[in-house]
Parts: sequence; structure tokens; C-alpha cells
Amino acid sequence: MAAPAEPFLRIEGVSKRFGSFQAVRDVTLDVAKGEIFSLLGGSGCGKTTLLRMLAGFEEPSAGRIFLDGRDMAGVPPWNRPVHMMFQSYALFPHMTVERNVAYGLKHEPMSRSAKAERVREMLELVQLTPFAARKPHQISGGQRQRVALARALARQPKLLLLDEPLAALDKKLREHTQFELMSIQQRTGVTFIVVTHDQEEAMTLSDRIAVMDKGEVRQVGTPNEVYEFPNNRFVAGFIGSINTFEATVIAREGGALRLAVPAFGAEVLARDVPGVSPGQAVTMALRPEKAGISRTRPETVNAFEGTVKDLAYFGKDSLYRITLPSGTLVQAHAVNARRGAEVADWDDAVWLGFEPESVLVLAE
Amino acid sequence: MNRRPVFLITVLCFGFAFFYIPILSMIVYSFNASRLATVWGGFSTKWYVSLMSNRQVIEALMLSLKIALVSATIATILGTMTGITLARFGKFRGRMLFTGLVTAPLIMPEVITGISSLIFFILMADWIGWPGSRGFTTITLAHITFSMVFVSTIVQARMLQADRAIEEAAMDLGSRPWQVLFDVTLPVISPAILSGWLLAFTISLDDVVITSFTTGPGATTLPLLIWSKVKLGVTPDINALATLMVLTVGMGVVVAGIVMNRAEARRRADERMAYRSND
Amino acid sequence: MLARLSRWFDRRGWADILIGAPYLWLLIFFLLPFLIVAAMSLGTKTPTAPPISFGGEYPLLNWDSYARVLGDGLYLRAFLTSLANAGLAMVLCLLIGYPMALGLCRVSNGWRNILLMLVILPFWTSFLLRVYAWMGLMGRNSWFNRLLTDSWNLLVPVDWAVKSVPMMNTNFAVVLVMVYTYLPFMILPLYASLERLDPTLDEAAMDLGSRPFQVFRDVTLPQSVPGIVAGGMLVFIPAAGELVIPTLVGDASSPMIGRLISDEFSAARNWPMASAVAVVLLLIMVVPTMIYSHYQAKAEGSK
Repeated sequence: MAAPAEPFLRIEGVSKRFGSFQAVRDVTLDVAKGEIFSLLGGSGCGKTTLLRMLAGFEEPSAGRIFLDGRDMAGVPPWNRPVHMMFQSYALFPHMTVERNVAYGLKHEPMSRSAKAERVREMLELVQLTPFAARKPHQISGGQRQRVALARALARQPKLLLLDEPLAALDKKLREHTQFELMSIQQRTGVTFIVVTHDQEEAMTLSDRIAVMDKGEVRQVGTPNEVYEFPNNRFVAGFIGSINTFEATVIAREGGALRLAVPAFGAEVLARDVPGVSPGQAVTMALRPEKAGISRTRPETVNAFEGTVKDLAYFGKDSLYRITLPSGTLVQAHAVNARRGAEVADWDDAVWLGFEPESVLVLAE
Repeated sequence: MNRRPVFLITVLCFGFAFFYIPILSMIVYSFNASRLATVWGGFSTKWYVSLMSNRQVIEALMLSLKIALVSATIATILGTMTGITLARFGKFRGRMLFTGLVTAPLIMPEVITGISSLIFFILMADWIGWPGSRGFTTITLAHITFSMVFVSTIVQARMLQADRAIEEAAMDLGSRPWQVLFDVTLPVISPAILSGWLLAFTISLDDVVITSFTTGPGATTLPLLIWSKVKLGVTPDINALATLMVLTVGMGVVVAGIVMNRAEARRRADERMAYRSND
Repeated sequence: MLARLSRWFDRRGWADILIGAPYLWLLIFFLLPFLIVAAMSLGTKTPTAPPISFGGEYPLLNWDSYARVLGDGLYLRAFLTSLANAGLAMVLCLLIGYPMALGLCRVSNGWRNILLMLVILPFWTSFLLRVYAWMGLMGRNSWFNRLLTDSWNLLVPVDWAVKSVPMMNTNFAVVLVMVYTYLPFMILPLYASLERLDPTLDEAAMDLGSRPFQVFRDVTLPQSVPGIVAGGMLVFIPAAGELVIPTLVGDASSPMIGRLISDEFSAARNWPMASAVAVVLLLIMVVPTMIYSHYQAKAEGSK
């Protein structure tokens, strides 16, 4: 894990309770300067509360937050060099796009012309110059999102907080905006903290992701790390879809683990992970795209026979649901690389095969 | 933000003191033994006793209630029709004038409404011999006219919020438009109709100015009775009457508020349950 | 025959009845009376019953009453008194009502329901009795007046000492009681418009560097303008035509316009004059109404 040597933002043992409800529980995180860092989790996992504590709308019940070496305790929102892009964008409906962007500069000791220049720059950055005189209700959702971004960036914050930045946009626009956000981040160099419930959004946008559940951080890592090497069941299940099976470790042999998996009615060879010992009950997890299906027996140690129970055709790929002789269902993704050459049809007998390297063993 | 808005809370306290000190003072002085209404002369309930035996007051109250009941009911019917029309019928011939007629009574000073109604009734009696004498009928007619527009405002607002698709669904299922009105629209807006009726009832029960112009000999409503006494100054028996009225209304509003809060809480609980069973 | 009738009813008959009944009612009992009043204002006072005639050479072009409304200082003064009192009451209601409405938005949900009920409660109790309650407080011997008198005498030099504070039968009393009775009309629309505001807008402004007062000035206040206008109209319009309050606590030597109309009509039996004053008052009322509907339309448009 690329832990920054000199953390730009340091969240130290932060907790927040509302009455008897513990929204955030002992969170410790370090974020480097210029990073895009995502807080990923379902609703009520505490990610938004954590964001609001960074913005200064809530004070932590315990723990401390340091930004660029400065303790933020007791600093009101209006004195923090931290700006937020709200989920609803929170554009002032009675002000034009231009005045919305200029609003934060009101409080800056700058000359009038310097302010006008900054606003012009910002509008250019988000390509909204022709819409400067419009009111928020006269522009599209995507344009509103960009106004919110320009407004939050205009004062050159040290930290930009983005609360579900893409949630209100439709799917097509979301993809485009994602790249735009990344390019703007690169150009401005501002550190981004993104709150999102959408794992795809977190994966594409972020340098690093913190996966949260019930107020706790369950894993921090690069998108690749949290996807390929989740270190617990929650993270494995939350990011992407996954097949999980009860298993018992039989032995460790030659850099691999031999597992007894009742669902397969056989032994499965898996990549070795530290911290498990023979006899221990574990969870075996397998991503659908790592489970190959074929008509003939594949050349791997983990090969099992099954029947196609269901298949969903998505165009570029298909999702198969394979019934094993034990009755267990396994999901497998297959890419439709050649037209008219789909692997199998309903009720076909197929082989399911996967490399030991692809099998995850979760001790928790 | 957990900051306590000290200034706002202070203003609220002063505001409510301003609202309630005069009323509380009036209630306290209704138990005053002294005949001088503003000088305290010991505790007594004699003004309540004399009030109970005052036939004039009882008769006036009965007349007021009768007028309020009849006028609120008719005003609610007409006002509901108006509200539905304005919310649903889009453009029709004469809509502009109709909208004007529905708005005008809201801004028309009561004195003018009162005088124009009186002149109208006098001239009608002169030209076609109706109304023969002024009293219950003329007061009720005038009350209906100016309270129906309040009902229509409430109903119209509720109609504009209501989901049109349910009406279209009923029509799609084979109901004729007027059946849709009775089977779907009216039940959906029934809370608005009820509050419209209550408002019309209160307006009628409370009105002095229009009633004073449209009344005739022998027809004295409670507000008119109070008006004629109050013009002469503060008297302890009016304090007692006021106390009774304030307490009755206050209790009614509090009970209604509690009932509504309960219903609201139950609705929320039901929604939560439904939501949970979805998981 | 019956089938045709039922077809007519299904198709548009029911709609015609729905529109027609209230339309007809308002035409007969509201528009017609008012047109009669408008016509009366062009008539001449006569000692007959009804005391009016349309005589002279040009029966419908008799503008005498209007000439008197504009020429006679009595009427102009009454108009000015009314507008000044109503305007003052409106401003005071706004100054008291705005922080109260804002406070209502800030208290906890449980308190808010109770307090809202307490705002509405006086509105359901008799209007007349609310005015009457102040008569009891303002009278020369009341505890309230004595309290004011004593504190006045304590604060000012002996020479300025008074036996009692003159409150009853003054314009001050009229404005005070108007504020008292119309304050809920200001608070409720203000509360409605403030409560609708998105609290994240406040947070956004704070996040961009505004202190609470600046947030109020830049974000809350401009967005509540429709509520201010609505509340202002709801206070101003009935206050300007008020009859009960000036009659009970007002200064009879500088009457408000409502009282003047009533006196012309009942006491002086001068129907044309009363009608002319009424028509002018109504024309004056049209102005704030136009402002109001302008703002309403604007508020609707920006949604």
C-alpha cells in the first residue's frame, strides 16, 4: 500500500455519534497531496458524515483531523481551506452561473479585476463561458454539476470534497464527466476526496479507495488492490460481484492452499494467503469473470462439471449460472468475442474451470 | 450545525409573550369580582353565572352556529366545485372573469363587501320583493359568498398537488368523468375539503363587519352582540364570554392537532413497516 | 329522451354544472352587487328610500362624488392615515414575524409543531375578542398601562411625569392592535417559504467562506422574497380597509377609510359618496395585488 510519507490530510481515530447512533467509528486515514481519494460504501456507512466533518459541518466526537499540519478542531466551515461539491450541487437559485462561481471570492482580499479574471478562468475550465448569465434552472444537469465544481474550485481550496459527484447524472454523461473530473484534478493539482456508493465510479476515478461499512473503514488500497485482493468478505462482496463458498483449509503445499469445498464436492487449489492454517474454516471466493466455461475439460487443476441453468445475454458478454451436482449455483462471465460462437445454451452440460491464482481465500 | 440560534429563540419567546399576555390577562380578569373591569377586586365566578343565565347570549350563539353550519356547508360545496374547475378544466370560456371573481373577494375590504351586499339586498327587495326582510337568510348568503373562495383556494392547491395519473387510471378502467370525480378525486382531496369547511365555519362564526351590514331587526349573532357591548367599553361579563370562547376553540385546536399528529405518526410507522418488509 | 340526457351529462353536462353553479353564484352575489355600487357612485343623494337617484341632464356622467373624494381634505387625510397605518403595521409585522418564522424553522420538530399550533391558535379565536383583549390592557387603569406609566416616570425627569400613558383612541393603538391581530398572517407564509429552502444552500455558502450573518443576507433573505411579499400583502390589504380596529381603539378625529365609508353610508346616508370612496379604495388595493401576483408568477417561473 502506497502510504504517503508526509500525509497532507491526516484523520486520526475520528468517531462521531449522534445520540445513541455511532455514525463513524475510530477512522484513521492518511491522504497524500494531489491524490484522488474515495470513500466508498453503502448508504448509512458513515462516509457522508466523515465528509461533513472534513468540511466542518460536524465536529468529531473523538479523534482529530489535521490538514497540512494544522489541527482543524473548532475551525468553522467558513474558515477552512476546504470546499465541497454538494450532491444536490446546492447552487444558489437566485444567482446567475457567474455569480455562483464568484460567490466564494467575495471573502477574498482580491482586486475586483483579479476576481473577474478568476471567474473567467473557472468558467473556461469547465467550459461554461457561454452560460455565465443563466440561472441554475436554465441549464442542464451536467452543466449544473460543472458550475458546482467551478464554484468550489474558484477559491483554490487545499482540499475539494465531492459528495456523490456523478450520482445525479445519467449513465452516458457520467462516463464523460468522470474523465473530465480527472483531467481537471490533474490540471489544478487539488486533492480530491470523493464520497460515492458506486464502486465503478470509485474504481475509475480514484488513486486510492477506502471501503467503509457501519462507520468503519474495512480496507484501504488502490482500485486494483481492493478488487483483486480484498482482505475480508464485506469488501469482496461490495466491490464487483463474487461467488462465495464455505471451505476448510486442508493443507499448504508448494505456495498454494488445498481447500475442501463441499459445494464443489471436491478439493480446490487456491493461491496461498498468510494467516490461515490447516483445519481452519474459511470463505472461498471467485469472481465470475475468472471462472471460465467450456464444452471440453479445461487444462487446469480446478475443473468441475455442471449444467447451464440460466443465461443472461448482455451483448459484449454473457452471464451464465451453472448448477453444480451439489445443487450450488456458480456465476460465470464469458466474453462474446466471436459472433455466433456463444459457448453454451440452456441445459447444456459444461465444464467450469479456474486457475488457483484466481481463487481468493478470506479468513474472516 | 449544532449552533443554538439564541437571538431567534429570544424573539420567539417575546413573540409568544406578545401573542398570549393579552389573552391571559383577559382570562384572569374574567374572574374579577369588581364591576370595574380593569381593577382587581378579588376572585369570583359571578360573571360566568350571569352569563349562563343570559338568554340573549345563548340565543345569539345559537343563531351564529346555525348560520355558520349552513353557510359553511354550502360554501364548501360551491368552493370545492370552483377549486376542481380551476385546477382541472384548463381553458374554458370566461375563465379569466371566473378567476377574477374567485380572487376579488379575498382582497375586497370587508366594508365594501358588506355595503355592496346590503345595497344589493335593499334594491332586490325594492325591485322583485325578495328578500322580504333581512336576517338569517341574507347573512347566510353573504357568508357563503365570501367564504367559498377560501374553500376554493384550499381545494385548488390540494388538487394541483394530487397525482393526475390516478384519475386517468380510473378513466382507463372504464369510469365516466363524473364517476371519477366521485370515486377518486373527492376521496383523495377530502382532507382539504374538511379543512375548507372548518375554515368557512370559523370565518362565518367570527365575522362582524359583513354581518353587521346584512343583518336585519331581530337577527343578532354572537359577534354582533359582543360588538355592540364592546363599543361601549370593557366589561367583566365580556371577559368571561371571551374566556369561554378562547378555551373552547383552544381545546378544539389542541385536540385536532393531537389527532392529526397521531395520524401522521401512524402513517410514518406504517411506511417504515412496509419499507422493512420489502427488504 | 332519457338516454340523450344521460349522454349529454356524461359528456359535458357534469362539467357545465361544476363550472356553472359557482360561476352563477359569484356573478349574482358578488359581481352584481359590486357593479351596483360602482353605478351608485355616479348617482345623486336624495331624501327618498333608497336614498339615491340618477337625475340631472347626464344621469351616468355625474362625477361629483369623485371630485369630492379627491378635493376634500377629509377623504385624502383618511386615505393617507389608512395607508400609513397599514404600511407601518406591515413593516412591524415583518420585523417581528421574520425572526419568529426563522426561529420556527430552527427549533426541533416536536417543538415546531407545538409552536406552529400556538401561532395559529389566536387566529381561530375570535378576531373581535383579540381586539378587545388589548382594550383591556390599554385602558387608563389597567395593570399594563400602570406598568408602562411607572417605568416611564422612573426613567424620565419629574417634569415629564404622567398619570397614565395615553394609548386608547390613538393611531398608535390602531397600529399596535393591527400588528397583534395580523402577525400570524405574516408568520405563516414566511414560515412556509423559509421552511422550503434547501439547508444545503446555507452549508454551501458557509463552505465558501460566509459567516452566518452573510449566509442570511446572501442566501436566505433573497430567496424568501416571495414569502415576504405574500405576508406583506396579507397584512396590508385587510389592514388598509380595516373597520373594527379603528372603531374600537382608534382616534375618531382622524378616521381611517373603512370607518369613513361606513359612516357615509349608515350615518350620513350618502350612498353615492360611500360608493365613490369604496371604488377609489378598491382601485388603490389593485396596485399591491398586482405586485403580489407579479412576484407569484416570478416564483412559479423559476421553479
